[in-house]
Amino acid sequence: MSAPRGPLLFKDIDAPGLTVIETYRRGGGYETVGAVLGKKSPDECIEVVKASGLRGRGGAGFPTGMKWGFVPKQTPKPKYLVCNADESEPGTFKDRELMEKNPHLMIEGMILAAYAIQANTGYIYLRGEFAEIGRIVDRAIAEAHAAGLLGENILGSGFRFALHTHLGAGAYICGEETALLSSLEGYRGQPRLKPPFPAVEGLYASPTVVNNTETLMNVPHILKHGPAWFRQWGTEKSPGTKIFSVSGPVKRPGNYEVAMGMPLRQLLDDLCGGMRDGFQLKAVIPGGSSVPPLPASMLDTGLDYESMNAAGTFVGSGGVIVIDDGTCLVDALLNITRFYRHESCGKCTPCREGTYWMEEVLLRLERGEGRAVDIDLLNDVADNILGKSFCALGDAAAMPVMGFIKHFRPEFEHHITHKRCLTNRRRAALAEVMA
Amino acid sequence: MSETLLAVEPAVEWPEAARAEIAETLTHYPNLRSAVLPVMWIAQREWGWLSPAVLRLVARTVELPEPEVFGVATFYTMFNLKPVARHHLQVCMTLSCSLMGADRLFRHLESKLGIGHGESTPDGRFTLRRVECLAACGGAPCLQVNETYHENLNEARVDRLLETLE
Repeated sequence: MSAPRGPLLFKDIDAPGLTVIETYRRGGGYETVGAVLGKKSPDECIEVVKASGLRGRGGAGFPTGMKWGFVPKQTPKPKYLVCNADESEPGTFKDRELMEKNPHLMIEGMILAAYAIQANTGYIYLRGEFAEIGRIVDRAIAEAHAAGLLGENILGSGFRFALHTHLGAGAYICGEETALLSSLEGYRGQPRLKPPFPAVEGLYASPTVVNNTETLMNVPHILKHGPAWFRQWGTEKSPGTKIFSVSGPVKRPGNYEVAMGMPLRQLLDDLCGGMRDGFQLKAVIPGGSSVPPLPASMLDTGLDYESMNAAGTFVGSGGVIVIDDGTCLVDALLNITRFYRHESCGKCTPCREGTYWMEEVLLRLERGEGRAVDIDLLNDVADNILGKSFCALGDAAAMPVMGFIKHFRPEFEHHITHKRCLTNRRRAALAEVMA
Repeated sequence: MSETLLAVEPAVEWPEAARAEIAETLTHYPNLRSAVLPVMWIAQREWGWLSPAVLRLVARTVELPEPEVFGVATFYTMFNLKPVARHHLQVCMTLSCSLMGADRLFRHLESKLGIGHGESTPDGRFTLRRVECLAACGGAPCLQVNETYHENLNEARVDRLLETLE
């Protein structure tokens, strides 16, 4: 038996047969459902999660208990709980592994969260590419249903909760919670104006909580062991653990669950084994491709919300993309910008037009036709998107452009002056990796 | 809208098994409209792609105007609006995969199969597409074949993989 890969969500993640309910229950799984439903009040559950300081793991880092607290107690409308399993932020692949290997922990988290907000229906919105994961989750739902953990009168508590998976069909924007709800209602996945926030008017204009997969998987642990126990990991304002998905030319890419606040360098050097031979680290995007990068000089930044914000970037979804010194950053930024242009839903002008123009200017640089004014032009277009688009997709497209230029302006200038990349060693180094 | 969507074809009907699956799916939602994506998935599995006649059938099934259904189908990238081959090769081109050689892998597939993005081999065996992030960045570069992910690929491994796909 190898050492646990993490203290909480990854503790037993590689246990054989964990997707089967009997195995999950042997490890104490679903005990919390029995201990909570009908025995603790929904408000108590919300208070415990508030006290734990758990923050949303999908990207925004909003306090989970507070989000639950926004759901009106007295309403004639039905309430809904939605799990955001769209996992669409480039660089992020944690929810896929979590669901593939431990679907019952997500289901248990959803039963408990639904009880806390008194929702009787829940949906798991999976990205369309996760069809195989969806079948794993569906089997787990059927098992939980057969065991009396879903459906009517769960474990005799009088609480009922129906849970269904819902498969998207390829659209980054559906990771944005209001676009996700539009998609779930059968519309094109375009975002809606906030307020009203989903907690008040969400799915079918009813009170709805949307939580990320990883967030919900923390809930059974928190309700079982209490806030103080949960706070043994992490920092005062970023309690608990977070799963970071590391990709790029490191020796051991993959998902790592670490206490929040761990220095980025420790994650990359100790856990990922450092860079592959022949590669030097040039930049790291710490929280999915939408957040500004950090240069190699800032690797001592802690992996918690406050430290990352102080360094001018974000924990985001925890998608850590490592970029090596052989990579042309104009090329890398063009790749990121092309993604957001492709995924812009077309609803609002700043995002629809701005992502297009940023890609055009970067293509010009890449072709060696860049002009001296183009760097400021890129910044200007990004600034005209940032905070001015309908939803966060615009910010997601603008932040990397501004961040790459801020930290690596000389490389962009070199591209314009010399009409070619500062470096093109990447292709030679890759030849060896791929051999 | 593409020419394919405007073509006139004879109407199609659901096979019995699909009918039962749709009936079960409809019980998940408080209204018919929410079932439009699941019903399209069932249709795509049944016919391989969403022809105009199939989209009209979807519209009748969920009781929506045809333009609404066509609008939804064209918004999402995974609905095939023209026929695809038996093996749909979807190469992730987003940053992490690109850093680890996706561009090179895609060019290799293009030259080996003699087709470009969105094209199919004449024998109906392979369709090749560039796609955006598949959430498999730790196993970059990643190729999705129909519903299955294949990670940590290089030219030699992808060649061996193709041989297994008849």
